[in-house]
Amino acid sequence: MSSLEQPVLDYTPRARNVAGFVALLRSELLLALRRSADIANPLLFFVTVLALLPLGVGPEPDLLARLAPGMIWVVALLATLLSQESLFRGDFEDGSLEQLALAPQPLYFAVLAKVSVHWLVTGLPLALLSPLLGMMLNLPSGGYLSLFLSLLLGTASLSLIGAVGAALTVGLRRAGLLLALIVMPLYVPVLIFGTGAVQAAVDGYAYGPQLAILAALLAGGTALAPLAAAGAIRISLDN
Amino acid sequence: MAWQWFHRLGSPRWFYQKTSAWMPWLALASLLLIGAGSIWGLGFAPEDAKQGNSYRIIYIHVPAAFLALAGYYIMAISGAIGLIWKMKLSFVVMRAAAPIGAVLTFIALFTGAVWGKPTWGTYWVWDARITSMLILLFLYIGVIALSRAFSREQVADKACALLALVGTVNIPIIYKSVDWWFTLHQPATIKFTEKSSIDPSMFYPLLTMVIGFYCLYAWTLIAHTREKILQREWRTSWVQQLMGGESATESKAG
Amino acid sequence: MQFQFDSLAAFLHMDGHGTFVWAAYGVTFLTLTALALQPRLQRRRLKRELERQQRIEARRRSVETRRTREAEPA
Repeated sequence: MSSLEQPVLDYTPRARNVAGFVALLRSELLLALRRSADIANPLLFFVTVLALLPLGVGPEPDLLARLAPGMIWVVALLATLLSQESLFRGDFEDGSLEQLALAPQPLYFAVLAKVSVHWLVTGLPLALLSPLLGMMLNLPSGGYLSLFLSLLLGTASLSLIGAVGAALTVGLRRAGLLLALIVMPLYVPVLIFGTGAVQAAVDGYAYGPQLAILAALLAGGTALAPLAAAGAIRISLDN
Repeated sequence: MAWQWFHRLGSPRWFYQKTSAWMPWLALASLLLIGAGSIWGLGFAPEDAKQGNSYRIIYIHVPAAFLALAGYYIMAISGAIGLIWKMKLSFVVMRAAAPIGAVLTFIALFTGAVWGKPTWGTYWVWDARITSMLILLFLYIGVIALSRAFSREQVADKACALLALVGTVNIPIIYKSVDWWFTLHQPATIKFTEKSSIDPSMFYPLLTMVIGFYCLYAWTLIAHTREKILQREWRTSWVQQLMGGESATESKAG
Repeated sequence: MQFQFDSLAAFLHMDGHGTFVWAAYGVTFLTLTALALQPRLQRRRLKRELERQQRIEARRRSVETRRTREAEPA
């Protein structure tokens, strides 16, 4: 143990992990908030692509209302995916990822902190913005709350799953398309239950079960995905 | 003592030499079984009352679909063995299993589409099983694409094993969710034949084909694994001896 | 158990489903054969590559021996 970690040594191992997690979360969040362009880009992508949809299929309100849940979800999925390539990239290139891997704290918490920050600056704003897009696409009034809640839960799962892909491809030069290729099939359940919740709400049914399943996927993902991503980071660092 | 065979199995050279004797027998068994099963299924099995002769595609569609899914588990399990016990051979098997599984998934999709045309009147339906198969194909393609992206084989091995394991955890969830999605969207116009008990006169040729496909899968997997072993171990003396028998003796004589 | 079709033509036609059945079987067996032959092609390529390497090695060795022979008288 180096002298730098003196204050932390007083804690039990578990408390030390939590303290490390919180510290990393704060510094990552601070870094992310300083690069405001990185936060804005996925949101602008989200809005731009959905603005193209009526230009592609025509401005009929009924047709747009039918497409709205699926399209908003698919574009939110793509926006999350596109922002994920750089999740570990900077840390990999400047060597701090290696430092994290060598740290006494499990890599699991470091990955969880980074993914949480990614969700806070991507998934959360997307969910907050979604009612506006729903309005533009003529989403029936029953669907707004379910759209917001399903995106809130679902994008967190997407961030977690995408982190595994980002960790696997972090050492590769052109990872963008490859990342999409390996992660997209794993997104399927989240997409199905996310759009399912919105569709059920629009049709006037209860959407609680779908949200419960999304929450279950998130719980499972929180437990397992950072483990897999941590393993993937160690593999990528070997490269 | 019980672990001795396990460690031996980890040696690519031992595997290569041991399997040399099995290969012709596996090839013979798969040729005989698939040949007999095809002729039986195509010519001798009775016609289906509802679907007519188009149902005869089942004799390749079902075995291919079985092995497409089983192949993913075989790939993931060998990847896991490689990660846990750091066994070289296991990674080679995993890498060999990926393209074979992708081809079998493609065959299952293709024969399903061709079967769908006379049965449902269309080549492609977003049916739960077809959609799951398509996603399985994407999972295979992901593993293959990842394996080609790395310049170092050892890193590619571990990365692919991890991705295959993540896929394995997800497959049941994907299948269940696609199933649920399909019941939600099932169009009323398309009637699917309900599950019915299959007559022995149709079942035995199918069983023959399934066993034949398993033999063929084993043969193909071992053949691809052997080839990859040679490619990876080409610097070793036993591969050089095996490959360049003539040139080696030549240089000794000269 | 008996052959279900009256003639070879009927066997190929299969009441109009022949195209589908034979296309499915044809494509399946073609792809499986290609998959089975792939290792053989790879081995041929590897063999060629090894022979090339050995030739390069032999040439380098002969050049080296010539050089040492030329160097000896001096």
